[in-house]
Amino acid sequence: MMASSYSAKEEDGHHSGPAGLGGAAIRNRKPDNTAFKQQRLPAWQPILTAGTVLPAFFIIGLIFIPIGVGLYVTSSNIRELEIDYTGTDLSSPCFTCSQSFSWNSSTPCRCVLFFSLDQPFESNVFMYYGLSNFYQNHRRYVKSRDDSQLNGDERSLKEPSKECEPYRTNENKPIAPCGAIANSMFNDTLDLFYIDPNGTKTQIPFIKKGIAWWTDKHVKFRNPGGSNLNLTAVFKDTAKPVNWHKAVYELDTDSENNGFINEDFIVWMRTAALPTFRKLYRIIQKKNNMTPTLPRGNYSLEVTYNYPVRSFEGRKRVIFSTISWMGGKNPFLGIAYMTVGSICFFLGVVLLFIHHKYGNRNNGSDIPS
Amino acid sequence: MLRRRLNRLCGGDENRVDSRTIYVGHRPCPDTEAFIPSKFCDNRIVSSKYTVWNFLPKNLFEQFRRIANFYFLIIFLVQVIVDTPTSPVTSGLPLFFVITVTAIKQGYEDCLRHKADNEVNKYLVTVLEDDRSVKKESEKIKVGDVVEVVEDETFPCDLILLESSREDGTCFVTTASLDGESNHKTHYTVQDTEKDLQALTATIECEQPQPDLYKFVGRMHIYKAEQEPAVRSLGPENLLLKGATLKNTKKIYGVAVYTGMETKMALNYQGKSQKRSAVEKSINAFLLVYLCILISKAVVCTTLKYVWQSKEGQDEPWYNQKTQKEKDTNMYLKMFTDFLSFMVLFNFIIPVSMYVTVEMQKFLGSFFITWDKDFFDSEIEEGALVNTSDLNEELGQVEYVFTDKTGTLTQNNMEFIECCIDGFQYKHRDTQSEVDGFTMTDGVMNKLHQKAGQEKEELFLRALCLCHTVQVKEPGSKEALTDQVDGIDGILPQLEEERGFIASSPDEIALVKGAMKYGFTFLGLESKSMKIKNRENNIEEYKLLHVLNFDPVRRRMSVIVQTKSGETLLFCKGADSSIFPRVKPEEVDRIRMHVERNATEGYRTLCVAFKQLSAEEYAMADKGLSDARLALQDREEKLIAVYNQVETGMSLIGATAVEDRLQEEAAETMEALQGAGMKVWVLTGDKMETAKSTCYACRLFQRGTELLELTVRTLEDERLKRQEKLYELLQEYHRKAVQDAPPVKAGVTRSWSANQDYGFIIDGATLSLLMNPPLEADASQYKSLFLQICQNCTAVLCCRMAPLQKAQIVKMVKNSKGSPITLSIGDGANDVSMILEAHVGIGIKGKEGRQAVRNSDYAIPKLKHLKKLLLAHGHLYYVRIAHLVQYFFYKNLCFILPQFLYQFFCGCSQQPLYDAAYLTMYNICFTSMPILAYSLLEQHIDIEILLDNAALYREIANNAMLRWRPFLYWTVLGIFQGLLFFFGVRFLFSNPALQDNGQVFGNWSYGTIVFTVLVFTVTLKLALDTRHWTWINHFVIWGSLAFYVFFSFFWGGIIWPFLKQQRLYFVFANMLSSVSAWLVIIILILLSLLPEILLVVLRKPRGPHSRQKKPSQSNVGGNQSSQSSARPLLMRTFSDESNPVI
Repeated sequence: MMASSYSAKEEDGHHSGPAGLGGAAIRNRKPDNTAFKQQRLPAWQPILTAGTVLPAFFIIGLIFIPIGVGLYVTSSNIRELEIDYTGTDLSSPCFTCSQSFSWNSSTPCRCVLFFSLDQPFESNVFMYYGLSNFYQNHRRYVKSRDDSQLNGDERSLKEPSKECEPYRTNENKPIAPCGAIANSMFNDTLDLFYIDPNGTKTQIPFIKKGIAWWTDKHVKFRNPGGSNLNLTAVFKDTAKPVNWHKAVYELDTDSENNGFINEDFIVWMRTAALPTFRKLYRIIQKKNNMTPTLPRGNYSLEVTYNYPVRSFEGRKRVIFSTISWMGGKNPFLGIAYMTVGSICFFLGVVLLFIHHKYGNRNNGSDIPS
Repeated sequence: MLRRRLNRLCGGDENRVDSRTIYVGHRPCPDTEAFIPSKFCDNRIVSSKYTVWNFLPKNLFEQFRRIANFYFLIIFLVQVIVDTPTSPVTSGLPLFFVITVTAIKQGYEDCLRHKADNEVNKYLVTVLEDDRSVKKESEKIKVGDVVEVVEDETFPCDLILLESSREDGTCFVTTASLDGESNHKTHYTVQDTEKDLQALTATIECEQPQPDLYKFVGRMHIYKAEQEPAVRSLGPENLLLKGATLKNTKKIYGVAVYTGMETKMALNYQGKSQKRSAVEKSINAFLLVYLCILISKAVVCTTLKYVWQSKEGQDEPWYNQKTQKEKDTNMYLKMFTDFLSFMVLFNFIIPVSMYVTVEMQKFLGSFFITWDKDFFDSEIEEGALVNTSDLNEELGQVEYVFTDKTGTLTQNNMEFIECCIDGFQYKHRDTQSEVDGFTMTDGVMNKLHQKAGQEKEELFLRALCLCHTVQVKEPGSKEALTDQVDGIDGILPQLEEERGFIASSPDEIALVKGAMKYGFTFLGLESKSMKIKNRENNIEEYKLLHVLNFDPVRRRMSVIVQTKSGETLLFCKGADSSIFPRVKPEEVDRIRMHVERNATEGYRTLCVAFKQLSAEEYAMADKGLSDARLALQDREEKLIAVYNQVETGMSLIGATAVEDRLQEEAAETMEALQGAGMKVWVLTGDKMETAKSTCYACRLFQRGTELLELTVRTLEDERLKRQEKLYELLQEYHRKAVQDAPPVKAGVTRSWSANQDYGFIIDGATLSLLMNPPLEADASQYKSLFLQICQNCTAVLCCRMAPLQKAQIVKMVKNSKGSPITLSIGDGANDVSMILEAHVGIGIKGKEGRQAVRNSDYAIPKLKHLKKLLLAHGHLYYVRIAHLVQYFFYKNLCFILPQFLYQFFCGCSQQPLYDAAYLTMYNICFTSMPILAYSLLEQHIDIEILLDNAALYREIANNAMLRWRPFLYWTVLGIFQGLLFFFGVRFLFSNPALQDNGQVFGNWSYGTIVFTVLVFTVTLKLALDTRHWTWINHFVIWGSLAFYVFFSFFWGGIIWPFLKQQRLYFVFANMLSSVSAWLVIIILILLSLLPEILLVVLRKPRGPHSRQKKPSQSNVGGNQSSQSSARPLLMRTFSDESNPVI
């Protein structure tokens, strides 16, 4: 008979061969006595029982509730002001602009909105424009771009991708930047003035850099022609997008923010996830520690109304918001954490009760379900 | 099946005629009209499926007949034709891979089949042709050829025996590979043909081929010059079947009557159809559900898209103009392509990768069976063999076990255990042979040391030596002196003169050998005189006057011999029930107790009686016998009447007990199987008595079991016709077992309460009566009665079964209500048809050749291995694959659901939520490995515990884990999680300014957050389900999560030149830089797993979980043989047949 003493830990098939008859032959045909092949790998066999899960529930509850409270408080401390300037109402200052919109008008329509702040915005203020019912995530729209053109590829500049149709060529010239996204770039101009109690208007200075992702601005988007600073020459054989007033090389005077690497453009090119969205427009930097960024008082928002939304029943908003470590104002996370934390805590209590009542003898393992 | 039908077609015209005419040696016969050589099938065996030419189209056609493959092909074509959100490569590549691998595998298997076919077809045989013998390839034999076969060769086709080298015109044949009976059968030449074969002019008229092995009717017309043609009737005793082996006869000549696919063996061979497991059927059912989900999703989206577009300004706002081509497209065509696009977008819900993973799991998982050292048998030095990996999980679902008897339950070697002479027990004290604890149990009446009188003793032993039809193996042949029994115990005392015996029943040999142990040796039969060497080494000679043959109705046989001194003696042996009424009652009482005790221990008992015949008595008997033998009508009945008349008034001298030794642990295995809720049916070609005692021995029948017999014997009734009696009995048994019995719960328990156990016995003849009653209308009624009775019996025994009948039974049960999963286990070629018919076929690597092994799905060395194969491997595989399937559907549901929901927020524009890389990689890389590892390594219950508690097997009975309820649970879970992922992130994105520098996230960030939550949740869900964490599980689960993170960084870290859009550029990194994103990911993962955790905690844990391991006592071993998985035809090579010569 063969030696059949077998231990689960014996992991090699070499020395445990049978000592009996026909040793070599048997050894060759006989399966290896390895833990893996015999399905005896040492294994951890966790069993979730009320006893083991209980502490986890309490710990989760105890951690989540404070986080939730913290998030909620943070979110409510964020000051946010949202102004709709679509101009659908007769009373709205932009009503005329929205009604008399035409693509061909050479003189831009302007409107001014007045608002007042009861509370000052203490820290840096981030100014967003928001659009509603604007399907930036429509498939036809999302794919209508040419990333290699935007990355400065000369060939794509002359021969844009098919995906850009019907915004690929205009008058037999390739459009730069091509595609529906670029074509529909948001082009309202928003200016903010502080109105002193004595009536003088001071323009609030905006910072227009740092609104796009760093990697987008520095890697993903590049002007064609490399270091050639003369963008006019680089783009000379291209047409401007149909709906643009200016060509792409006229977006800004600052060469670091002109052409494809214009940050307003980059921000727009990052398509929004939902039909109601906001995009960062400008940043109002805090000047010094003494004065708030936007003190209490009256303001006027001067809008150059270029962007039509009435045709698809869209809305336009402008949003002033401070920012915390968790981003903009959003009570959802705080509430979610508090809820889940409480649920866990509550379940913990229920489990403890069940555990105590039924399962203390068997280590809580057979609680009737 | 198809092939057989084709054969019928090729046989065409002559099939309409009831008989065929064969011209022996193709010689025209003077008498008949014109010699028209009829067209018969050639002797070629075809089991292969493809040829080189039709392989590609036929194989592709077969593959795309699978619903899944066809579906993926359609999706792929749609992606190629229609403008869809994802590239055709994403679904084309995996499909191509799957198709290619399968084609290669099937091509290889068919190649092996071709090779095996050739081996048989090109085998050289000797054919007599025009006065000389010609070597011919087997496939070229034609009907009418005269074929020469030498000893130990198998017959290349069905032959009528014309001439034998033995002078008495007989030959011996073993049909082990046909019906499993390993004994030698005697076949006879046709009378009056035994002369010059060259001059023989004859025709044979015989019936058309039919599968019954034991039936043959024919007539031979022998034409002699200037004489009336002689007519000889032909019966099965003249027919040598293809597949049988010639034994103990130097050579024979025979004329081919049936060839190739028309031989009885080929007709008994059942076409191998693709076996599909129940799991695959469940998968297909689920697939249909998901297909419905998919289609309804696409319909909903398409509808909504057009509803949404109908609103002013939505369809084509100024910022998002359509291209000219889109504008020109017909509206309805556009709708249709939109529908297809949605289908493609959501098609990931039914992933190709699931099929790949399931296939891989099955393929790799089957290695654990071959690797299992518990399946290694040191005797044959082989382990288990897996021929198909498609059925691993089916091993965990078996409800009916059909087992062969000979060689499977028993070792098919009889051993003389003890005898009882005149009420005194004799046991051969051979300590070494007492392998099992059956000896020494007779406490009450142990007369072991007392002896009967010497005279009685010697009379008894003489009776054993004389009353049989055993022949002594002629020396000279190679195996002459080898002894079958020697191979097994090898410890019999070396006899001075080793002998080989041949007999039609192995227990006769056992009795003769038993007598030999006590000093009486049978030397042989020479010209009607039997020679015996007695204890004093003197030769005694008896003249054999008559043999009163054994038949199953009388259940006894006798010989009439004349001693030297002129006394005429009748020795009779037979079953107790047939002997006791014919002897004096007072003798019976002394022996009955022994007989009953032996019978309950599972021995085969025979009683021996004798009678001295006076001269008048003998004269009367002699005349009666001779008259009866010559009778032309009712010969059988007349003979029996004479037999019954002669065998009366005998005196009982003793009883014998012979053991047909069971396989190791046969009884334990059977008990475990029954404990696991399986019903065991024994299907055997053997005699009823033998089979019954085996059933008792392996505890399938117990003392309290009431046997319901439905055999030729019970159908004997003067009053009624067989048909009526059958119906009456069926009714009666049905009343007993079904109507009166309390309803049996699923899975029969051996209760020791008053609950009556029933065992059912049926034999082949009755079965065929039952299956094909004269009145067609009765068939279904009979069958349903029969099935109902059987289902209420703890064990069913079917004896005297032809191979095809075995398959019929299996088929009947398989197709009965609830379509239970059946398993057949057997070792001989006679089991092949039932092995092929059952859902799972198991071959035992026994002594009877390799046919069963080659045709089986799994092959194991011993019966006892079945227990672990089913209870441990089968259970685990089932749990693994069931979980695999459910998990796959679940993970794809919660993968695609957010994508579907997103359509409501993007104007139903088919915008994918996830990046194409994520869409493709999700099933291939991120979530495939953990489930594969799980499905290979999971042991939710330890193997030892599974083996100890057979009842655990019932927990997964009836496909418990793949029923609609668990499926619904998983689906609901998937929907819950999908909703949670999508809307959780949706609420977060109500303000997309999520970074602390005020910058905003776009749609790809949205998708990436959802996807991250998804990958983590789905993987952790699996982690929660894993009960058996080996290092591989750890590595794979944490590894694939790490891989996901790494991949996302990598994918978003580079501007990929080959991509049209750099959608994910730094999206993942930016996401991680946002605290809010982190927080939402964490809370969503936790929230989606919370119900699962709660359920796990609140659910009653399954089974004991002790890790205690018992030292394994089983043989160390197994083997790694990974032989071809081709399944050749039944009758391949016969070289490895056993030679049961004693």
